[in-house]
Amino acid sequence: MPSATGSIQAVGRAAIGSVSAVGRTGYLGLDAVRALRKVSLWGPHLLGQMARVGVESVPIALFIATFTGIVLALQASYTFTGAVPLYFVGTLVGKTMILELGPVLTGLALSGRVGANIAAEIGTMRVTEQIDALETMAYDPVAYLIVPRVLAGAIMFPMVVVLADAIGILAGLAASMGLLDLSAPQFMRGVRLFFERFDVQFSAIKASPFGITVTAVGCSFGYHTRGGAEGVGRAATRAVVISSMIILVLDAFWAAVLLR
Amino acid sequence: MSIELVDIHKSFGDNHVLRGFTLSIRDGQTTTVIGGSGSGKSVMLKHIVGLLRPDSGDVWVDEHNVSRLDSDSLYQLRRNVGYVFQFAALFDSMTIAENVGMGLRRMADFPAEAIPERVRECLELVDLAGYEDHFPSQLSGGQKKRAGLARAIATRPKYILYDEPTTGLDPVTTSVIDEMIVRMSDELNVTGVVISHDMKSAFRISDRVAMLYEGVVRIDGTPDEVRASDDPIVKGFIEGRPELMAARS
Repeated sequence: MPSATGSIQAVGRAAIGSVSAVGRTGYLGLDAVRALRKVSLWGPHLLGQMARVGVESVPIALFIATFTGIVLALQASYTFTGAVPLYFVGTLVGKTMILELGPVLTGLALSGRVGANIAAEIGTMRVTEQIDALETMAYDPVAYLIVPRVLAGAIMFPMVVVLADAIGILAGLAASMGLLDLSAPQFMRGVRLFFERFDVQFSAIKASPFGITVTAVGCSFGYHTRGGAEGVGRAATRAVVISSMIILVLDAFWAAVLLR
Repeated sequence: MSIELVDIHKSFGDNHVLRGFTLSIRDGQTTTVIGGSGSGKSVMLKHIVGLLRPDSGDVWVDEHNVSRLDSDSLYQLRRNVGYVFQFAALFDSMTIAENVGMGLRRMADFPAEAIPERVRECLELVDLAGYEDHFPSQLSGGQKKRAGLARAIATRPKYILYDEPTTGLDPVTTSVIDEMIVRMSDELNVTGVVISHDMKSAFRISDRVAMLYEGVVRIDGTPDEVRASDDPIVKGFIEGRPELMAARS
C-alpha cells in the first residue's frame, strides 16, 4: 500500500505535469498565432486538411446523428403519450438535435477520430525525428503541421455539425413516420413551432471552438510526445480524453453565454 | 573557424549532459566526435543547428551566435546546414524524390522546375538513382540512410552534420556510407561533423577526432594523435577495453 508521502508526491507530480502541459499548450498556441503570417507554409495544406478533418468525418457524424434522431423521436413519443400532442416530437427532436446533441455528440465523436489521429500522426513524426528534420530544412513545424489542422477544424466542424443536425432531424422524421403514428406535416409542424434561425447559428458557433479544441489538443499532445510507440499511444489517448472534457465545459459555457 | 562551441552546459532535469563542452570545427574538414552511448553526442550536434539551446555557453556558426538567434534568423542559418539523422527521419508519407526535394522547395532563389534534376543528381551521388518514386518503407536501412544523406546535400549546404550515420548497419554498408561521407567532403567541399561510436569509421573518414567524455572534450586531435594517446580513458574507449576506463573513473 502506498504511503501518505508517496501519494502526496504522486498528486504533486500530477499537478505539476498538468500545469506544465497547459503552459506548453499555451506557448504552442502563441507560436501558432505567430505562424499564421507564414501562409506559404500552411496555405498549400489547408484544403487537404479540410478534407481529412471535415469531409472524411462526415460518415461517422451522420451515423451518430441518424441514430440519435431516431432514439430522440421514440423517447419523446414515449414521454409525451397522452399528455402532450404528438407533433411536439418534432419540436423536441429539432431543438435537441440543433442546440445540443448535434454539436456535442459530433464533437465527442470527432475528438476520437480527428483528435487521436492528429496526436498519433504528429507524435510519430516527433519520436522519429521528422519534426526535427523539418526544422533543419528551415520549415517552421508549427506553421507547416499545426496551423492548417487547427484552421481546418475551425472551418469544417461547423459544416459537419450543421449537416449532422439536419440528418438527425430527418432520421427523427423517418422514425416518426415509420414507427409512430405521426405524419410528415405533423412532425414538421412541431419542428417549426419553436424554431429560431438563431438555433442553427448557435449550433455552428459552438462547433467552431469544438473544432479548434479537438485539433489543437491533438496537435499539442502529438507535438510534445516523448517515449516512442508507448508515448504516441499515450498522446493519442490523452488528446481524446482532454478534448472531450473541454468540449463539455465549452458546451456549458456557450449555453450560459448565448442562451440566457 | 566556422563552427565553434564554447563552454556549453546542458542539463535535462538532474542529468547534466554537457558540462563545459568546447570544440572548434575547422572549415573544409570532417571532424568526428566519439563517445559512449548516452554521453551527449547527439545533444551536442543538435546545439549546432539550434534544435536545442544551451543552458549556458555559446554556439557560433559563421559568426552567428546560434543560441541567441531569433527563429527567423535561425531558419535562415539552417539553409547552410544539412543534417543526416540517425534513423534517416524521412517523411514516410512522401516519396524519396519528394523527401530529397523538401529543402529545395524552401529556397526562394531555387527555381521549382530545376528541383527534379537536382533530386536526380543527389540520388545518383548516393547510388539511389531510380528510387525516386519509392516510399521510405520500401527501402532497406542502408538505403534510407543514403536517402537521408541525399536530402541533406540537396541544398548544397556548407556544413553537413551526421548523427551516427553507420549505427546498425552491416560492415559492407558501413563502408559504403563512409565512402560517401568522404566523397561529400572531397567533391562538394563541405565541412562535416560526424558523431559516432564506430571507431573504424571514425578513423577512416575523419580529419580530426574529438572524444566526448563526462560532458567535456577529453581529447581533440588528428586520428593518429588520438590513436597514439596514452590517456587510459581514450585508449580504453577506442580499443574497447572497459577495464582501462573503469580503473580511472
